[in-house]
Amino acid sequence: MTAHLPVLQVIIPLLAAPLCALARRGRIAWGIALATSWTTFWIAIQLLARVRSEGPISYALGGWAAPVGIEYRIDLLSAFVLVIVTGIGAVVTPYALKSVEREIEAAKIPLFYAAFVLCLTGLLGITVTGDVFNVFVFLEISSLSAYALIGLGQDRRALTAAFQYLIMGSIGATFIVIGIGMMYVMTGSLNMADLSVLLAELGPNRTIVVAFGFLTVGISLKLALFPLHLWLPNAYTYAPSTVTAFIAATATKVAVYMLLRFFFTIFGVVFSFDVMQLDRVLLPLALIAIVTMSLVAIFQTNVKRMLAYSSVAQIGYMILGISLASVTGLTGGILHLFNHALIKGSLFMAMGCVMYRVGSVEIDAMRGLGKKMPWTMAAFVAGGLSLIGVPLTVGFISKWYLILGALERGWWPVAALILAASLMAVVYIWRVVEVAYFQEGPGEDSSIVEAPLALLIPTWVLVFANFYFGIDATFTTEVAGAAARSLMGLVP
Amino acid sequence: MEDRLILRVGAKILIPFILMFALYVQFHGDYGPGGGFQAGLIFASAFILYALIFGLDTAKRVLPLGFVWFCGALGVWIFAGVGVVTLVMGGEFLNYDVLAHEPEHGQELGILLVELGVLTTVFGVMVAMFYAFAGRRQVR
Repeated sequence: MTAHLPVLQVIIPLLAAPLCALARRGRIAWGIALATSWTTFWIAIQLLARVRSEGPISYALGGWAAPVGIEYRIDLLSAFVLVIVTGIGAVVTPYALKSVEREIEAAKIPLFYAAFVLCLTGLLGITVTGDVFNVFVFLEISSLSAYALIGLGQDRRALTAAFQYLIMGSIGATFIVIGIGMMYVMTGSLNMADLSVLLAELGPNRTIVVAFGFLTVGISLKLALFPLHLWLPNAYTYAPSTVTAFIAATATKVAVYMLLRFFFTIFGVVFSFDVMQLDRVLLPLALIAIVTMSLVAIFQTNVKRMLAYSSVAQIGYMILGISLASVTGLTGGILHLFNHALIKGSLFMAMGCVMYRVGSVEIDAMRGLGKKMPWTMAAFVAGGLSLIGVPLTVGFISKWYLILGALERGWWPVAALILAASLMAVVYIWRVVEVAYFQEGPGEDSSIVEAPLALLIPTWVLVFANFYFGIDATFTTEVAGAAARSLMGLVP
Repeated sequence: MEDRLILRVGAKILIPFILMFALYVQFHGDYGPGGGFQAGLIFASAFILYALIFGLDTAKRVLPLGFVWFCGALGVWIFAGVGVVTLVMGGEFLNYDVLAHEPEHGQELGILLVELGVLTTVFGVMVAMFYAFAGRRQVR
């Protein structure tokens, strides 16, 4: 059965989704989702171990060989992203039980888990597949379920946020499918490996250049690159806490994975960076994102919205790593995929704990929470330190590689900007810390006590991971480094 | 529409043929245009026509919402279940060759079952969507 792991990775959550939808009670649906998320995590770990020892895995769906049939292809990068997505899923699902019962009406809970598991299916499918049209199909599965998940937020503004995301996301998906269609017209192939060979033979042709443009804009919309990020803050702010933690830690990461796949594997480094000079577009946008979005984050009064703007800035870091187009820069970018998932996952989950007890994540509502919810706020501070990039946390590791990459190129101002933006992160994290620890709460409200263990344990698992992979980064740097080298075409 | 005799009688005459045509599109899909998706839509349209003429409540007595939901979920299980069966029988996911003694028969059987799954889900989801939109006014 181990030969079938690549397809089981996608099929198991796909089969679980209808079961969740049919479950009468929320807890049963939750049980199914929990079993699914842990199984997929186990499969992802198995796959990563196999890819590391034996090299890329190829799986022909329906027994049809690669260029004709749909191929599932897992290399180091996709296995790494699989571990990120399923790992976050495995931590968020136990957390979901209590948080969802508080925030979503009982009748909708089974449907919530169905959409949640479907979203997982889509994200895993994008990562597993070696077929560009299949990418689009899974992108739609993950996006449509994400819109539904966001729309389930308590606040009525969640609906407009979901609608805004729906419009922007659909434009992005349309651009992506137009790009794929143009590539298909020119090459007659949808298989990634096959496409990369055929496109290299074809050379820079006008249709391909236009396809490249459509794909760049489409994927940038999906990953919320700076001027195309407008859907993200509302979506993250008004979504249910569980959804924010899950989507913030996975969906944009998978979009960055798509970017890497299209530009490095399919178009190739030479075409993307030497011919199309993608770095000249991405680098300024990434820098603007890092600086302006960190600045905007400082002035937010809603902490979830603040973290959302910070996410846009952090995506800037990943794109910065990619636009350096060097092994070190790329390693930093890929590392930050993993590290940022841990950071934002733990921060948003801490905010979910606050939401559970206080019912608000406005910064004013956090007065005195340092005493009332010590473990929750400690988790927030630990996650915040990691976001800033303090040594011994994962944030430090990825920034280290990004700065190294910038210095390798001799771009001192870029390195300085990374450091300056870290200082801005200090400012916006400190604002919350100050309110929570140094301001007295509005009188004695005995209903506000520490969050239940069901929420705290998953949150602290992620916080612990922040430090574990910050202290012993050999595993992550090895995998990210090897993935970066293979993307740059240096070693197989 | 209780008093529109022509519509009521016309619908009653048409509905069986619509259902038959859906099945024709489904099972003729191997040789001609058609397949599970189109068949599912046509099949659903018969019930939607019934609901338009005889009212939503009557339609829900004929085809309860729970059953419609069940169909939507069942179809996915039929589709993916065929894939899992092929896995268990030693082939790749959705490799129909292993389903019968001869690969050709396996392919025919596999595609038929998979399309049946598509029909079931599309039918269920279409009717569920119709119920959801048509039922909005009653909530008020």
